[in-house]
Amino acid sequence: MSDFKLEPNEKLNIREILKDLDKYEPRRRGWHWREPDPGCKLGPFEYHDCSKPLKNSVGLPPAKYFEDADPQPMPVITTEIASGRFEDDIRRMRMGAWHGADHLMVIRHMGQSHIDGLMEGTPQGIGGVPITRKQVRAQRKACDIIEDEVGRPINYHSYVSGVAGPDVAVMFAEEGVNGAHQDPQYNVLYRDINAIRSFVDACESKKIMAWAQMLQIDGAHNANATARDAWKVMPELIVQHSINSRFSEKVGISPDLISLSTVPPTAVPGPLMYYDLPYAVALRDICGRYKMRCQQNTKYICSSAREATVTHVLDMFISKLTSVDIQSTITPDEGRNVPWHIYNIEACDNAKQTLIGMDGLMEMVELKKDGPLRDNAREIKERALLFMEEMVEVGGYFKAVEEGFFVDSGKYPERNGDGIARKLDGGVGYGFIFEREDDYMAPVTAHFGYNNVEQYGGDPEDPAALIGGCTFEDRSKIVYIDELDEEDNVNVRLDKVAKYHNGEAIIPEVEWCGDGIILLTMCIPTHARAAEAVALEIGHKLGLDEPVVISKEVLHPAEGTRIEMKGKVPFDIDPSTLEIPAPPHHQSDAVLYKEFEEHPMVVVCGTVGNDEHSVGLREIINIKHGGIEKWGVKVNYLGTSVPVEKLVDAAVELNANAILASTIISHDNVHYKNMKRINELAIEKGIRDKVIIAAGGTQVIPEEARETGIDEGFGRDSHGIDVATFLCEEAMRRRGEEPPEVQEVI
Amino acid sequence: MRREDDFAERRKHIANLTDEELYDRFWELVDQVVDPLLELGRKNTTPSVERAVLLRMGVSSLDTQKVVEGCMDRGLMGHGAGHVVYKVMKAHDLSAKEAAEKLVAGEYWDEVVASFK
Repeated sequence: MSDFKLEPNEKLNIREILKDLDKYEPRRRGWHWREPDPGCKLGPFEYHDCSKPLKNSVGLPPAKYFEDADPQPMPVITTEIASGRFEDDIRRMRMGAWHGADHLMVIRHMGQSHIDGLMEGTPQGIGGVPITRKQVRAQRKACDIIEDEVGRPINYHSYVSGVAGPDVAVMFAEEGVNGAHQDPQYNVLYRDINAIRSFVDACESKKIMAWAQMLQIDGAHNANATARDAWKVMPELIVQHSINSRFSEKVGISPDLISLSTVPPTAVPGPLMYYDLPYAVALRDICGRYKMRCQQNTKYICSSAREATVTHVLDMFISKLTSVDIQSTITPDEGRNVPWHIYNIEACDNAKQTLIGMDGLMEMVELKKDGPLRDNAREIKERALLFMEEMVEVGGYFKAVEEGFFVDSGKYPERNGDGIARKLDGGVGYGFIFEREDDYMAPVTAHFGYNNVEQYGGDPEDPAALIGGCTFEDRSKIVYIDELDEEDNVNVRLDKVAKYHNGEAIIPEVEWCGDGIILLTMCIPTHARAAEAVALEIGHKLGLDEPVVISKEVLHPAEGTRIEMKGKVPFDIDPSTLEIPAPPHHQSDAVLYKEFEEHPMVVVCGTVGNDEHSVGLREIINIKHGGIEKWGVKVNYLGTSVPVEKLVDAAVELNANAILASTIISHDNVHYKNMKRINELAIEKGIRDKVIIAAGGTQVIPEEARETGIDEGFGRDSHGIDVATFLCEEAMRRRGEEPPEVQEVI
Repeated sequence: MRREDDFAERRKHIANLTDEELYDRFWELVDQVVDPLLELGRKNTTPSVERAVLLRMGVSSLDTQKVVEGCMDRGLMGHGAGHVVYKVMKAHDLSAKEAAEKLVAGEYWDEVVASFK
């Protein structure tokens, strides 16, 4: 266990995570579902299908209008993070958790599925992260402290596949990994791993996962992503889901830890709901006893982040109308590049916003019990049943694979002859299957199949007792390997970006610390090909390194093109050279309402001097513009060109608690002279102790305003909330009370 | 294989099934497909299954593949690579990790092969 704690205002120290990793032990095993919180009340609202809120989080942008309410939907929310450098992914995991993700999925390094055995150390990956014990341990340890920070357990997830599936499963079980993809069909179809090998290995992997109470996700959605006409593979998708789920259940995984990875097969401009809703219903009719992890369609994703986001939202609408246990979030930039930090966070926010927006929906609407929805669902189920029938007819799963049943773009029973066919006597790992002899023995826990431990007096219920317990009983037997490569490891990488980690310099970042990449969005008023060339030239002239256009959308064939371009900034910023203004802060609505209710605040105000400007002050006071009236402040507005004497006299007459003077005209410093005069008059009239004096205007600098003797000045971009917060806190201070501490405005 | 969509013809024998009957029939067929796959897993082993056994016994990941290769070279896979290591542990009072290291160094193979005869 780690005693390392995170402070919200401090960056996570990666070196701290890496310290003493050899001694780290995971705090728990198994998957965590969110805890329901029916009828939970947050801000001004009551919610219907929400889970317990977080201790620390970042709410959606409009949360500020709703007392910072940040309701958390019921489904577990996935974000997939794998930039190739696990140390940088850890920081993204923290950001993701603050935005509501509690299922952090790590994609594997390209090519790892063909490596015989575990990888070790922390080499850099391509298209994902090399999954090693050190990397997994570091990230699980990071998840421990992040989950303490946000106040909800985090599920850490990766892949148990390839020719080292069982090896990886053992390591995951030992290291407290909470979920994994495991589907032998995936190995067979997409990794060309021998089919028999894949299923024999899968038995062992699944048995180990069952012991570790890991949640399993299947790989069926890849048929959708691979087939030429993805919307036609719906019968096959149901078949693939069913085979892996049933197979897993029979190996020993509990149905509530078996999750389908389901994808709505179509995308707009297809009539998405008409196809995908019946499919979703059919799938749940057949596979309803398992869990649903709802993925968004990726087959048709393009480089438009907006388009990808709408697909995600539509697909979540289907989740809501049917059922969802885990909501996946494909990042909106999936069609462009390996996901960037900001898009993981966008995707999490998209999921939260959409699901919360539909909170309680199914209490009000239901799916029709007849008509095209049920007819189409029935047809899909019948087609899936016919698929299974023919598979049995030809002689079972392997025969069907040899005959190219799978990933055929025909709508079964239609066949287009373009399916993926694999030979039983071929593929990676062919020829490495060995029949167990009568004396076959494996003295370990969670081993699948025939195991003759009795020959040594062992107990079939506890085979590992023969060796005094295996690593599952005795962690001290785990062999921890630190690094194998002196150059390609996390320490070398961290040294190279030390100045960014220790805060000496700051540079923009999309995925890796120090990458320096920024994104520019622009409208270039010409056709697409010219627009790209123009954008690149702009990038060069701005001094960006390696500008690349990553998205082009036609606004009109001749009139304009929307361009998004990335590039590297060739410099970094020394924060010690910056002048960062003191942060403003706001009291909450609740505090302000209470203050002005219990201690009525009467204000006289006006624009002083020969000044006819009225807009600024009206915005500060008027309830319609979020002004101070909103919180119950009683405002006496005297108008424009008000002599300062009149303002102070009115304060005396009305027994006011505060004077607010607006002053826009500033030549010859008349605005400060007026403030000084108000202060002197208030002293002369004997009300200075009682009355709070503040002044504002576009040219007002708070420090200089206070030097005139008044209590506070408000410059450009001040709002009612700033003035209300000040009045509230000043009144409290004058009563000898400490204003409540509040978070800074970000 | 290419085939036109003959769904209308092909579905005739299931057209009158209730949804429940369809469900039951479907899962019956899934069982028929899945059961032989499980049987394969019970009866057979592979290098990765054996490496995963060795890992749980406490063998270093750097040694698991080498021990398995030693077993394959000598026709011992059917007995289990874990079994091989177990024999060396017992005969020489070693931990699994140490026994595997000896095997990787080329020691004890002859006596292990002899013991399985």
